Amino acid sequence: MKKTLLAGLGLVLGLTSFAAAETVTIYSGRGETLIAPLIKQFEAETGVTAEVRYGGTSELATLLLEEGAKSPADVFWAQDAGALGALSSAFADLPAEVNETVLDAFRNDANKWVATSGRTRVLVYSTERVKDDDLPKNIADLTNEKYKGRVAWAPTNGGFQAFVTAFRLTKGDETVKAWLKAMIANEAKVYRNNGTQIDAIANGEVDFGLINNYYLGRYTARDAEFPVGQTTFAAGDIGNLVLVAGAGIVEASDNKENARKFIDFLLSPAAQQFITLQGYEYPVRTGIIPHATLEPLEAVNEISPKVDTNTLGDLEATLNLLREVGLL
Amino acid sequence: MTVLATFTRAGRTPSPPLLLVVPALVVGIGTLLPVFYLLMRALDADASQLGEIVFRQRNLFLLLNTLKLVAVVLTLGTLFALPAAWLVTRTDIRFKGLLSFLMALPLAVPGYVMAYALLGLSGYYGFARQWAGISLPPLHGLWGAGLALSLYTFPYLFLNLRAAFLGMDPALEESAQSLGKSRLVIFRHIVLPQLWPAMVASWLIVGLYVIGDFGAIALMRYEVFSYAIFTQYSGAFDRTYAAWLSLMLLALTVVALSAQRAVTRNRRFARTGTGSARITRPIGLGRWHLAAWAFFALVVLCSLGLPLMVLGHWMRLGVPEAEWAHLGRTALGTFLTAGPAAVLTMVLAVPVVVLTLRHPGPFASLIERLAFVGYATPALAFALAMVFFALRNAPFLYQSYALLMFAYVMSFVALAFGPIRLALLQIGTRQEEAARALGVSPTTAFMRVVLPRLRRPMVAGSLLVFIMVVKELPITYLLAPMGYSTLAMNVFSRTNEGMMGDAAPFALSIILFSSLFVGLILKYEGSAARAAGK
Repeated sequence: MKKTLLAGLGLVLGLTSFAAAETVTIYSGRGETLIAPLIKQFEAETGVTAEVRYGGTSELATLLLEEGAKSPADVFWAQDAGALGALSSAFADLPAEVNETVLDAFRNDANKWVATSGRTRVLVYSTERVKDDDLPKNIADLTNEKYKGRVAWAPTNGGFQAFVTAFRLTKGDETVKAWLKAMIANEAKVYRNNGTQIDAIANGEVDFGLINNYYLGRYTARDAEFPVGQTTFAAGDIGNLVLVAGAGIVEASDNKENARKFIDFLLSPAAQQFITLQGYEYPVRTGIIPHATLEPLEAVNEISPKVDTNTLGDLEATLNLLREVGLL
Repeated sequence: MTVLATFTRAGRTPSPPLLLVVPALVVGIGTLLPVFYLLMRALDADASQLGEIVFRQRNLFLLLNTLKLVAVVLTLGTLFALPAAWLVTRTDIRFKGLLSFLMALPLAVPGYVMAYALLGLSGYYGFARQWAGISLPPLHGLWGAGLALSLYTFPYLFLNLRAAFLGMDPALEESAQSLGKSRLVIFRHIVLPQLWPAMVASWLIVGLYVIGDFGAIALMRYEVFSYAIFTQYSGAFDRTYAAWLSLMLLALTVVALSAQRAVTRNRRFARTGTGSARITRPIGLGRWHLAAWAFFALVVLCSLGLPLMVLGHWMRLGVPEAEWAHLGRTALGTFLTAGPAAVLTMVLAVPVVVLTLRHPGPFASLIERLAFVGYATPALAFALAMVFFALRNAPFLYQSYALLMFAYVMSFVALAFGPIRLALLQIGTRQEEAARALGVSPTTAFMRVVLPRLRRPMVAGSLLVFIMVVKELPITYLLAPMGYSTLAMNVFSRTNEGMMGDAAPFALSIILFSSLFVGLILKYEGSAARAAGK
């Protein structure tokens, strides 16, 4: 019994695919549901077979760090700038021309990675329980008595942490600490991620949530009556921060040519159009038809705070701060 | 003299045969790898950071929350499992097979699906609001998390308790009855002590599971120790302090193991009388039938009804494009890893348990403890350890089925110990000794006399491993071969992005798929029992 099992194991082992010549190995922190059609299109266009490992951005980032120089990955496609920043040392330098194809606001000056889409931090709220003039003007308002116990946030979430980093870099650690403490004192409720905050608002547990812009569309597309709305803060408020998802070529890759092909494909008009329409995100280049339900990028750029996306990888101090106030 | 020597030494030869030692060594080394890895990572730590991240008050608070959660889950789980196991083994309630099936099945429900189901009870799309127009207070925190976890872990307790009831010799109870003792007294003084080892062993397994769970508790917004570990790996991309926290968890595991040993020491459960055990006469429930059925209805409604309703609701929200081909491929792929992993686990678990019972000593107990430590190691850390060692020592194995299988087996082998251990305790050594006295070698005696009677617990144990592998996420995410995905991965990635409609068919497949196995096994068990004349 054991012998046959071992023999079977050997057989399975022998069958594991060894990389054929024209392949590219992608670690994708972006979900398969959205990405799979794009991958197919890439394969059809280039003739390169894409082998994709889907997973959470942070798990894959940790995996890449553990694999180090022996990583089989060629490309890492991440959901947030925090992960991209943490992996800077594991990325190969991108030729400057790659970042030149994307809009100024999204460029990575160090050429370690390139943004593949933009998204914004927004405020979601209950359309049943919140009147228009009750909407906060800026994130500082959320610490008012009026919002006590009514606001959701997700301290373990990458998007939220990037927001805290930007907040720190523009206003200083002390201001952020004071805000976090005031929010805790105001009984802000901790949720796991973006989607659960939307659920909580619909369920009547809270009235407001701090999330990324592209989640609500998935709910309202299926249920026009869904009782959650989305809005921005006053112009320039840190709550309107613009964030990116992006990709880089893994330093350990022995197939950087195909990795580059994949990155170029992600920046192509067709792929950018797809990400915009299917993912409710902002394209990183010009000439893309905007999503009908999204605030135009020009308007977003006008109201978003001026924060260099390159600096959002500086997570350590942010995590220390979140720990200090007891959120992590 | 020789006969006497054979008798006293039967099954207790001083040096265990290689057939037991080799598998035990494999288990020992396989489960020691993650410990080595964590210790090595922990050495990179910086003393000042250590104070800020590891040794701080909040971690103590989180640890306390974890212990509270374990207490709630074990209490609720036992309240579901113990009456259910008693009813299906000792009373004249009808449809025992069907009831056992329904009590075992919730194990197949992924934790976060159970949490969504409970949350869905009260929410915007919740049944209370949609059907009755009332809004229930949301189930959150300790009780929400405790209920969610107990609703899909109690089947583990149930299966073990049921096996314990079935294997019990009724003679003792009958003697007590003939002495005029009441049923309650008999239960407390005769039945409960005999159930004790099965109960404590299952508590240990479920407790360790609860300590490591993150999916359900995060949705229930209850902060426990696994939060701290998750935050280190996922928020900070840190492996050093996460290793410290994981080691703290392992220390807790060792304490729990010692506690388990202390409370189950020096008990014997095998029959000592002559002749063979008879089947117990079923207790007539009489007017209590109604209450028994109400109990089952409630448990089934909560543990299976709610998740199925929530999945049905997600389906109604719209399954956008039928992904049947993908679903089929994924189901097949899941089966092809979970099946062999379950069988391999058994192949290793039986020798280890035999070793611990027949050749007790430091070696045996070390291996057994290591297996539990492997089971309690946070899955992400376990997977990273495999990545580390595979890339350094056997890169050709990296992200292969073989390594994935090895990781599953090492991480779940302890799950299979309970049923096998209980069965071996109940079988005792007498018949084996008789065989030895007739001049058969110890190995042959075991193979011919004991192994056939282990079939049932082996099948039950592999089922548990099978279901756990089907639901497993972190190890699969990191170690699966390229392009391979399981049903659970598909459910998780879709729910995580708020695409519930897309997730539902995959989640339903997990439950359906596992139900087929649970059903098959109980059917097999039934026919085996009949064949054995029971």
